[in-house]
Amino acid sequence: MTEERLDVEMTVNGVPRGARVPARRLLSDFLRHDLGLTGTHVGCEHGVCGCCTVLLDGEPVRSCLMFAVGAAGHAVTTVEGLAAPGGSPSPVQRAFAECHALQCGFCTPGFLCTVTALLRDRPRPTDDEVMAGISGNLCRCTGYQNIVKAVHRASELMAEAE
Amino acid sequence: MKPPPFAYRAPRTLDEALAALAEYGADAKVLAGGQSLIPLLNMRLAAPAVIVDINRIGALDTVFVDATGVRIGALARQRRVERATDAARVQPLIGQALRHIAHPVIRVRGTVVGSLAHADPAAELPVVLAVLGGSVEVASAAGGRRAIPAAEFFAGALEPALRPGELAVGAFFPALGPRAGTAFAETARRHGDYGLAGVAAVVALDDDLRVAAARIGCLGVAATPFVLDLTDVLGHRPPDSCDWSAAAEHAKRAVRPEADIHAGGDYRRHLIGVLTERTLRAAAAAARDGVIDD
Amino acid sequence: MTTKLFGEPIPRREDPRLVTGRGRFLDDLGGRALAAAFVRSPHAHARVVDIDVAGALDVEGLVAVYTWDDLGGRVGEPLPLLIPHPALTHGRTGYPLARDVVRHVGEPVAMVVATDRYLAEDAADRILVGYEPLPPVVGIEAAAAADHLVHEDVPGNAGARLVQEVPGPDGLSAPAAIERAPHRLEFRLAIERSASMPLEGRGVYARWDADDESLRVYSSTQTSTSVRMAIAAKLDLPPAKVEVIAPDVGGGFGVKIVHPWPEEILVPWAARLLGREVKWTEDRREHFTSSAHERGQVHFVRVGFDDEGRILGLDVRFLHDHGAYTPYGIIVPIITSTQLLGPYKVGAYRVEFTSLYTNTVQVTPYRGAGRPQGVFCMERTMDRVAVHLGRDRTLVRAANLIQPGDFPYDQGLTFQDGRPLIYDSGDYPELLRMVKELIGWDDFGKAQTEAAVRGRRLGLGLACYVEGTGVGPYEGGHVEVDSSGRVHVSTGLTSQGQGHQTVFAQIAAAELGVPIEDIRVTTGDTRRFRYAVGTFASRAAVLSGNAIALACRALRDKALRIAADALEADPRDLEIEDGIVRIRGNPAASIPLRTVAVLSNPLRYAFDEEAARATQFAVGGSTDQPPVAEGEQPGLEGTQYYSPVRSTFAAGAHAAIVETDPDTAEVRVLRYAVVHDCGRLINPRIVEGQIHGGVAQGIGGALYERLIYDEHGQLLNASFMDFLMPYATEIPAIETAHLETPSPLNPLGVKGAGEAGVIPVSAVIAAAIEDAEGIRIEEMPISPDDLFRLRERARRAAGESSGAEAGEARPV
Ligand SMILES: Cc1cc2nc3c(=O)[nH]c(=O)nc-3n(C[C@H](O)[C@H](O)[C@H](O)COP(=O)(O)OP(=O)(O)OC[C@H]3O[C@@H](n4cnc5c(N)ncnc54)[C@H](O)[C@@H]3O)c2cc1C
Ligand code: FES
Ligand code: FES
Repeated sequence: MTEERLDVEMTVNGVPRGARVPARRLLSDFLRHDLGLTGTHVGCEHGVCGCCTVLLDGEPVRSCLMFAVGAAGHAVTTVEGLAAPGGSPSPVQRAFAECHALQCGFCTPGFLCTVTALLRDRPRPTDDEVMAGISGNLCRCTGYQNIVKAVHRASELMAEAE
Repeated sequence: MKPPPFAYRAPRTLDEALAALAEYGADAKVLAGGQSLIPLLNMRLAAPAVIVDINRIGALDTVFVDATGVRIGALARQRRVERATDAARVQPLIGQALRHIAHPVIRVRGTVVGSLAHADPAAELPVVLAVLGGSVEVASAAGGRRAIPAAEFFAGALEPALRPGELAVGAFFPALGPRAGTAFAETARRHGDYGLAGVAAVVALDDDLRVAAARIGCLGVAATPFVLDLTDVLGHRPPDSCDWSAAAEHAKRAVRPEADIHAGGDYRRHLIGVLTERTLRAAAAAARDGVIDD
Repeated sequence: MTTKLFGEPIPRREDPRLVTGRGRFLDDLGGRALAAAFVRSPHAHARVVDIDVAGALDVEGLVAVYTWDDLGGRVGEPLPLLIPHPALTHGRTGYPLARDVVRHVGEPVAMVVATDRYLAEDAADRILVGYEPLPPVVGIEAAAAADHLVHEDVPGNAGARLVQEVPGPDGLSAPAAIERAPHRLEFRLAIERSASMPLEGRGVYARWDADDESLRVYSSTQTSTSVRMAIAAKLDLPPAKVEVIAPDVGGGFGVKIVHPWPEEILVPWAARLLGREVKWTEDRREHFTSSAHERGQVHFVRVGFDDEGRILGLDVRFLHDHGAYTPYGIIVPIITSTQLLGPYKVGAYRVEFTSLYTNTVQVTPYRGAGRPQGVFCMERTMDRVAVHLGRDRTLVRAANLIQPGDFPYDQGLTFQDGRPLIYDSGDYPELLRMVKELIGWDDFGKAQTEAAVRGRRLGLGLACYVEGTGVGPYEGGHVEVDSSGRVHVSTGLTSQGQGHQTVFAQIAAAELGVPIEDIRVTTGDTRRFRYAVGTFASRAAVLSGNAIALACRALRDKALRIAADALEADPRDLEIEDGIVRIRGNPAASIPLRTVAVLSNPLRYAFDEEAARATQFAVGGSTDQPPVAEGEQPGLEGTQYYSPVRSTFAAGAHAAIVETDPDTAEVRVLRYAVVHDCGRLINPRIVEGQIHGGVAQGIGGALYERLIYDEHGQLLNASFMDFLMPYATEIPAIETAHLETPSPLNPLGVKGAGEAGVIPVSAVIAAAIEDAEGIRIEEMPISPDDLFRLRERARRAAGESSGAEAGEARPV
């Protein structure tokens, strides 16, 4: 039984990347194991926890609910690609650290990607918009309060930067 | 939790897709947004021999709006439809229901037609299509195209009336009539979960602003969307003097929901009563506001 | 400046890594390792008749398949019973791979190793196991009825029975005291199963070095040192040849303290056998059915009290669901039975528990570890007493509280560490006063009435608890200053997000007088620290914190001795600030700590300029003394251990306001207030974070989460779709206030804080719903469907008794 492999190429964090993988390779595994970008985490593999959230052409998606072949030709941004090119953390990353919005840090990459997209669409979100925006990501450590705080703080930091 | 192996086809045109589906017949599974199919694959609850991925068929990524209604192509994502203001004007119920589906991130990938084709008895969109009397347009290499009315399309739980080789290419949601309003409400355990029970209501008023038609669609109470006409129960009265709770009571008596791990049948039936009253009132108010706005 | 670090809410030092995707979690390691997957039992109880692996053999990439028959030596023996106890007369543990009988769905039966996880699962799917089903035992009361047995040689399914009795001040036993009391009540309470459910599952990655005959194992564990000992024993390796490292761990909450898991033995065993790296990463379904759960208990309570609500006698009998095995002994029910008393003196107390086997996943501690059930029992009792007497619920509690002058207070019981349950310090009346103030207890009645007028139902609930934290036996700390002035701190226990790298650095910075930037903390790596117990029972700050403080103090003394020599001063006149040792009042006379480190290690060879200063021709001094003074050791480093006589006892009080929907029976938590005393705070921000997270888990356990088995022992909700952990949308903002009564038992005066948030939540929410609804709440968690049914029952009861005495009066 030899499984067919396909050449899968995409732009990841601005860099063209590729690997030869079976069609069933999940995007999450492709990023983590084929490309070595282990910042994207896997907590459930059925779309509920949000740990694996990455940006596909700028929109947040569950990388455990996509095949790598499906992302071929698209642009993917992972937590490793959120910082500015020079390596200085993004406002969202800074705000999470500043507000103690993480404990074990396992859910964090998924939140960071989700919130990055949220604030791009809604730079000054209301409390309700923040809640709706992060409502699809589980965190077992923080109780969320500081994550909500961090989203507002990130919004402030972005406004200051402008 | 890794998907089993499968052969993969990613057609770029509808014809290629239909050819692939014709070739593999019942061995093939269509992959749209993957938000229902891929969890099943990861848990190995489904193991199709062939996956026909329709995500590269740009021609299916469409939302057409005209006076008759909203026609949604098989690749239109839920998030896109939710944001389509012209669609919301013609048929607000779609957007009202979409907001109850999972979380924004899931809706970025999930398609409207995929949700219909998945035919989950707890899902929102099948109920919307059913209460509006919409239809699903299907195509196959051999049989050309046909439109399946909602009442026939949802044949059973997770059982759309699709034959092997058929692709759902789009869905048609009829426009809201004049002096009509809609509302959607559901009770879910957590924000974004599938509803324990939910009701979509459409109320139309006549020229004298009396109830001319009232229909509800219920989720979570049967294997397929449950539609009920409550016009006669409400008795063509102005909304202010309608006995909404009698209508709710009627709806409650009409459903026979089953228990699952999240809720018992009695509670679900009770919810149908509560939600029926809430949505009917809201839909009637929207109908009247619409008239006043115009 | 640096010395003020203790008690400061400084940002966490682990975050820059974690927010940029540079964490190193288990599955981030071993990119080239072989992958393991398991064939697990689909039956709750069955005899394994045969295993046919033929179908798996032609899966491309298959490397090996193992069943119990392949396990030689100690690997094939039952897993260790970690915490024996004389009352655990029938302790039982499973085999790494099932030998003949499987006792829960998910029990491992065969292990597959392949080139990647996809292929390993393909092969596992093709292994055919023949089972002969046996009757399953599911549910606590079914286990007690014992129509069928989980282990044929355990009569009545009872693994353990333990009674503890404390007579009242008048010498009366609890039953006698209750008999004589002016008021008596008797009732049943129940709490269902939940689970720790960290977002990262378990995982093991092993590398065998054939030349060196040594093993390196990474495990997502709460105790790397003990995993190391267990692997060494099972694989018959000298401990010195086994290293175990806990990398970044994505949450533990108790489940990862259990060890060795079957996989923790099998993965290293296979790695050695195959001479290749092997990794197993648990997936979510496996975590649901093959790790551990907690909470399930049923309590039968009898209580006698006086007109003030003072409890004169309390008699609690409870049944504890232990699942299929007891690797962690009876720690959970022991904690329930002892911590149940909370901040109260109850006159006479008798507690008896029976720990029962069922054909379900084993039960081991989950954050709170038996306390939530005990607190639920005690606090529901307080509320019952108050309602019975028609007194304010806080007055009844106040009448029973241990007073500040009563410490140390001996409850007369034996605690989970085998030592007497003696509370070290606290101010419980103040906690109660503070929480009443924070939530607005006295004004709530008005708000409730006003809301009722508008058709809204509000309810207020409150609960108090005492939490034994910082249990022994010990932890250690090692501190070393290198020649560049960097300070390396290590301790053996592990971290799962508690911010140890920050907190321990704060302690070291404050103790040593060095900038925190110079400090690096390592936890859970047996290469750096071999003797340790583990991270559980809110013990890290108390045990390792104090050990590190002691190690720093010893190191500081040594540094001052060496510096005094170099500066020709008296060590007592020296101080260290910002990493520089100087003579107090004479800042010119100083020597950096890094130079002291160099001088502490007399050298023959220079490898850089700094080292050159310590070589034999560079150092001056006396030639008739040995270069390393008697009683000293080279190097500016040292290890100290901290081993407490007893646990320290943190305490707190929570209160919440909930709203119940009159139509849909949905429950919303509108406000949640926490007053908490964990002694001195090292980093208030981190403590608050622990509380937030704990309360969120508590709300999950009170309103959303339960593990549902059907009568066949199938877990019906083994996914995040159906096991309802709360999202942000389900958790209210949590209001906190702190009280600091230092512990007299340890140098830092700290107590543990890790579990406090979760402990009283079910009791609080139950009380609040009861207050809103006027319906007695005796079982948790409670779903809208449950509340709906309770309402229907109350309505029917009210109908039958024509409204005369419909339960208790509605408190409006
Ligand atoms: C965490 C989570 C929560 C969710 N919550 C909800 C919820 O609350 N309510 C809800 O309604 N849904 C929910 N969903 C499901 C989501 O809405 C799915 O997107 C939707 O049900 C299926 O759409 P899809 O495009 O992803 O279809 P896919 O997953 O790709 O396909 C689903 C099924 O439909 C078939 N199919 C898809 N498209 C076609 C087509 N054009 N022709 C023929 N067959 C087709 C597939 O073969 C498959 O059998 C949730 C999903 C997740 C992961
Ligand atoms: S791993 Fe993808 S959502 Fe949980
Ligand atoms: S920080 Fe641990 S899961 Fe969110």
